[in-house]
Amino acid sequence: MTEHFPVLILLVPLFGALIVVLLGKERPNQCWMTSLISLGISSIISLFTVVAVLADKFQTIRYRMGGWPESNGYEVGIELRVDILAALVVFAVTFVGFVNTIYSKTRAETEVQGKVSFFYALIQLLIVGLCGIVMTNDAFNLYVLIEITSLTSYALIAMGNRRAALSSFNYVIMGTIGASFYLLGVGYLYIKTGTLNIDDIRMVLGNNNLWEHQSIIVAFIFIMLGLWTKMAFFPLHGWLPNAYAYAPSMTGTFMAPLMTKVMVYVMIRVMVWLFGNEFVYSGQHVWGELVIWMSVIAIVAGSLLALARTDIKKMLTYLIVAEVGYMVGGAWLGNVTGQAGAFYHILSDAAMTFCLFIAASIIVLRVGDSRVNAFDNLFRKMPLTMIGFTVGALSMIGLPPTCGFFSKWYLISGGIEAGQWEYVCALIFSSLVNAVIFFRIFERAYFGQITEVKEDFVPFDSDANPETAIKEVPWSMLFPLFIASGFVLLVGIMNRTLFEWIQTALKMVNT
Amino acid sequence: MDPIIATFIEDNIVPKFNYWIYVILMMIGLYAMITKNNLMKKLIGMAIFQTAIILFYVSIGVKDTAGIPIISHHGSEHHQGATVHSESGSSSEEVSPVKVKNNTIDKDKYANPLPHVLMLTAIVVGVSTLGLALAISQKIFKSFGTLEEDEILNKLRPGSHD
Repeated sequence: MTEHFPVLILLVPLFGALIVVLLGKERPNQCWMTSLISLGISSIISLFTVVAVLADKFQTIRYRMGGWPESNGYEVGIELRVDILAALVVFAVTFVGFVNTIYSKTRAETEVQGKVSFFYALIQLLIVGLCGIVMTNDAFNLYVLIEITSLTSYALIAMGNRRAALSSFNYVIMGTIGASFYLLGVGYLYIKTGTLNIDDIRMVLGNNNLWEHQSIIVAFIFIMLGLWTKMAFFPLHGWLPNAYAYAPSMTGTFMAPLMTKVMVYVMIRVMVWLFGNEFVYSGQHVWGELVIWMSVIAIVAGSLLALARTDIKKMLTYLIVAEVGYMVGGAWLGNVTGQAGAFYHILSDAAMTFCLFIAASIIVLRVGDSRVNAFDNLFRKMPLTMIGFTVGALSMIGLPPTCGFFSKWYLISGGIEAGQWEYVCALIFSSLVNAVIFFRIFERAYFGQITEVKEDFVPFDSDANPETAIKEVPWSMLFPLFIASGFVLLVGIMNRTLFEWIQTALKMVNT
Repeated sequence: MDPIIATFIEDNIVPKFNYWIYVILMMIGLYAMITKNNLMKKLIGMAIFQTAIILFYVSIGVKDTAGIPIISHHGSEHHQGATVHSESGSSSEEVSPVKVKNNTIDKDKYANPLPHVLMLTAIVVGVSTLGLALAISQKIFKSFGTLEEDEILNKLRPGSHD
């Protein structure tokens, strides 16, 4: 049974999506229940996969789709490949999907009226795509899965108001450029190696010593540019803030924590598994230094842009841009500590972004104002929500028991190890800016004045009513918030174990 | 004509003209996607951009002497004796992992089917992206009444009453 886990993780939500479409828009509750069950099963299987990989001493699970055997030492069919890193990310994806489905119970019917079944079908397809991206071992298949996730996310974002449709259009243009660049890179790799399997490409490159060939360098640059566009690395981040801020709230809460992080995972995988550390970090190429500086600019610019926003969701999206800078910089430091730190940051950032987005969505829903003065006196009115928000915010700043502290710690120690002081400074600067941003909010939430809700500024995803007092939201929205904040603490407390697992997996491929 | 330019054209452009066309098409597409004001023109640019990549992939699989990649036991004698010159798959010869034994298939007789099959998938992806983008632009047109980007941005300004 264990050997079929990788494909079951994909198949369960895939069929769930089909069933949801068949159930149709007349039965929104059954659609919700179906996707809850299918994502629940999927996340349980992925949890078992983590356990199975650990029990087997970090042995990689390989699954040949369609049972094609290898011939002459090369893979013929498409392979799924799960090591501990993939298993952890897949678990994060499916579990966030599951918890987000609980959150969307009441929201879906009001925010995407009449399209509930399509919403649940698309979100399950998105999860299939994300899990596929993480697990596949085929470079072209990776492109198709990237496009599956992109297509579903374009549609999910466009379900929002008219601003959402416009930002979704911009995302289509940018996303297509990114994916096409990736595809071009794969084409150049295929010209040189004649295979598409990631391990085989690495083997052919190594056996024929093609590292310094122009095609390979061009392929690497194209693939990196494509992935950076997809993950909103700073100068290419234009599509992200509007798309995530104007999307329906339950779409934003799912995509903000996962889309960019999965792309960072793909980048680490391409760097470590497809091209290899010797090629990526070799002193002959100028890009090592350059990318570190780009990530420094991304971190500083993302933090400052976030500081300049008064809209809470926009502010969080610019924080994501800064976090992508953390991870890209960490991955390019050129040592295992930096890579493992970047990878640990994928998990911790997924947890804390999820937590903050749910809290922000709840506050926008109840207060009816997405600007920072929405937080006036909110600790008294919505104490439970604010507890969740505080945990996420403290993690974003980087205070010890939360995961944000440990991921920054590992990234900074990686930076010191590599002697990249500009990166270390940028991380600390970003921490300080985050502290300013969030303590500004805390101050208002504790001591702020109660202001009237501006009637001309009620977002579409709000049910605020000036007549009634602001109160807590139903359990179906608070429960996900507490799970998310629980995970922020759990990932933080388990940092030693997780970091050792990640380091072991990265060292296994480097030797 | 300057002899240097003439040799350059002869050496670099004529034998690889399909790659030059793919680069030119790609640049046209990128230019349209970035600079055009009309959303529909951006989509046309996107379609050109994706088609350029399809041309690139299809070029990879072509060999001068090769026929269609269907193995037939009777018709394959036609190609025997033809000069073997693989142009676009230039380097795949020495490093190709496909080690077909001599007594089964002569790989120079058949165009490489894999890039073409990949492009079938890429065409499907391109069509669905285009379809989705058209649907979104319809939604934009319904709510803004225009597809010109500057007019839409004007309407989104805080002061406007739309």
